[in-house]
Amino acid sequence: MNTEILGVIATYGLTLLLAWPLARYFVKVFRGDKVWSDFMSPLERLFFKFSGINPKEEMDWKQHMKALLTINLVWFVYAFFALFFQDKLPLNPDGNPGQSADLAFNSAISFLVNCNLQHYSGETGVTYFTQLFVLAFLQFVSAATGIAALIVVFKAFKEKTVTKLGNFWEIFLKTTTRILLPFSLLIAIILIFNGTPASFAGKASVVTLQGDTMNVSRGPAAGFIAIKHLGTNGGGWFGANSAHPFENPNYVGYITEMVAQVVIPIAMVFALGMFIQRRKFANVIFGIMTIGMICLLIPTMQAEMSGNPALAHMGVQQLTGSMEGKEVRFGPAGTGYWSTVTTIISTGSICGFHDSMMPMTGLMQLLGMMLNCLYGGCGVGILNYYIYVIIAVFISGLMVGRTPEFMGHKLEAREVKIAALITLLSPFLILAGTAIACFVLVHYPNADWAMKPSAWLNNPGYHGFSEMLYEMTSSNANNGSGFEGLGDGNVFWNVSTGFVLILGRYLPIIGPVAIAGIMGSKKYIPESAGTLRTDSITFGGMTFAVIVILTALSYFPALALGPIAEYFSLYK
Amino acid sequence: MKKYLLPSIKLTILLVVLLGGLYPLLLAGIAKLAPGKGDGVTVMHNGKVVGFEQIGQKFTQDKYFWSRPSAVDYNAAGSGGSNKSANNPDYLKVVQERIDTFLVHNPDVKKSEIPAELVTASASGLDPHLSPVAAYIQVARIAKARGIPADKLKQLIADNTKAPVLGMFGTPTVNVLKLNVALDELK
Repeated sequence: MNTEILGVIATYGLTLLLAWPLARYFVKVFRGDKVWSDFMSPLERLFFKFSGINPKEEMDWKQHMKALLTINLVWFVYAFFALFFQDKLPLNPDGNPGQSADLAFNSAISFLVNCNLQHYSGETGVTYFTQLFVLAFLQFVSAATGIAALIVVFKAFKEKTVTKLGNFWEIFLKTTTRILLPFSLLIAIILIFNGTPASFAGKASVVTLQGDTMNVSRGPAAGFIAIKHLGTNGGGWFGANSAHPFENPNYVGYITEMVAQVVIPIAMVFALGMFIQRRKFANVIFGIMTIGMICLLIPTMQAEMSGNPALAHMGVQQLTGSMEGKEVRFGPAGTGYWSTVTTIISTGSICGFHDSMMPMTGLMQLLGMMLNCLYGGCGVGILNYYIYVIIAVFISGLMVGRTPEFMGHKLEAREVKIAALITLLSPFLILAGTAIACFVLVHYPNADWAMKPSAWLNNPGYHGFSEMLYEMTSSNANNGSGFEGLGDGNVFWNVSTGFVLILGRYLPIIGPVAIAGIMGSKKYIPESAGTLRTDSITFGGMTFAVIVILTALSYFPALALGPIAEYFSLYK
Repeated sequence: MKKYLLPSIKLTILLVVLLGGLYPLLLAGIAKLAPGKGDGVTVMHNGKVVGFEQIGQKFTQDKYFWSRPSAVDYNAAGSGGSNKSANNPDYLKVVQERIDTFLVHNPDVKKSEIPAELVTASASGLDPHLSPVAAYIQVARIAKARGIPADKLKQLIADNTKAPVLGMFGTPTVNVLKLNVALDELK
């Protein structure tokens, strides 16, 4: 078999092999059992003591959310001012300027919400100080925030009737010190020994073999790249992200980064089953998520490996597939797999430019972000899937004419309303956002901004529309990848996507936590013969159907104008 | 919320020091043990540094193996791809020009033999590699420019080809800079 396809299969297989033991470790950490990383506990105690936190104080779901939102607000203020004044701060060997107010607003939010949209380029738009002390810091803590929110839901599922759901600070800090930090170190070391830079040296200047002078950007990138993947953040040290040969030096680097970005989301699904002792429930979820991924992956790899028909028409040979915007060391199959994974789990790092991929691939990428629950981002993926589960339970309940129940608690009007609102939020933000962008583009093409709207699009026709649709979808999903041809470094995109990012992050965290919190506090109803079994394959299929139908109803018209129309114009 | 503000600020300060400061410093220390000492692995020729192993360079002369087209002209102070869509007419015009240029410099090659990677821009704009096919297709031109027998060049490519991981996973690659250095050192 083709070595490129074998590489993809091996990478996925390795991820699964590692996810299982990792899940067991997560469960032990969050149950407070003895684990190897207990050597971190003196440090944690010191942190709590200095911060005046009592980690044993149990919180209800509202207190959890208040603590979460407060610390997120502190990070936003810190990040905004640091980026704005970065030219006056130390560690700026390349002399890069401060960010404009709208760009600093966008960058701060984007990293705060685990998105990493990056309307700047890493080599010129930020300094070593802001890369490390602001952006990498946020990459750690935003991932820990998502996981901490998920653990609250786990705890609500586990108990029969419960209002006290652990301590936010404790869960959050342990996620950072026991999971993200040690495994990031390991990944970074693997990358360093494969050629990724990690020193604080600035740009190098060399005379090439042919005699040209060439400047080469470097920096302490390895640690950043490790947490960017492990925390499903996706923001690159360099402009070209993980396509950059320093950021992703070879196929071993590819496997490392690929496993790193999806291993926590998969392990979290297994951990769910172990933690609440309903393994079958989690296994069905894992099965549905995997089937969903394969449905997106096969058309993607098929399209990329068959090459660009327009180039075939010109008469060159495409032995491995489409190579525009791709790197030889990854090849079209590997790049296709990466693009699927990075869009379903909200990482948004890339190893080949999505803008230059085939229309079918673009469609699959957009769908991956619109679903945003196939494995999904650190913590938030399962929260998104949980919303679909609630809708599926509700619809099933209507079909059999019983008050729906989930995890031994009645599902009533208030919870269903919250779930319905969260479900409607994504299409609203994506479609309204894209519509406003189109409106501005058509009616104010010469608005006097840093980049005139008439110059936004890098490609004509349907694909130009897709560039705008993609940007809004990526923002709402907190994904961070882009059809990077779009001229997004200006006030319109910085501000509009900034607000989409905030709404698309916090409401889909608060909603599921609220539902779990409210339901957890209700009276426990023991399972009986009449209970709808949510751990059956039938119910898994029901959830899958709900996901497919809701997504198709919400997005089909927009997708038809973009990638689908482009597909039919390319393969006519 | 007031109750949580002070703990938030204090915890943030500590975490910034740990994650933003100590973590990269520790890695920079560990990197001293790695090839290139964490500054990037360099390639030497005649006692001088001629580039980085990972970073591709522009080669336009007939006597060298050419690298892939680059959207940033191999200026590694930045990086990036063309971001052109599959059937953008401007893009297809650029590809056609690259095909024509390649055919002028490589008169022995038929158009249907040109691998697409030699007329399409890489993602980073700094792709240091070619596939073996894209290297072999340039042999006739270099043999003529340097007066070296083609077989010797083919052997050189074979020596500089890196197989997929464990021979099974990924793609075979040829590092263009190292290949060209080896070419200059060929006696």
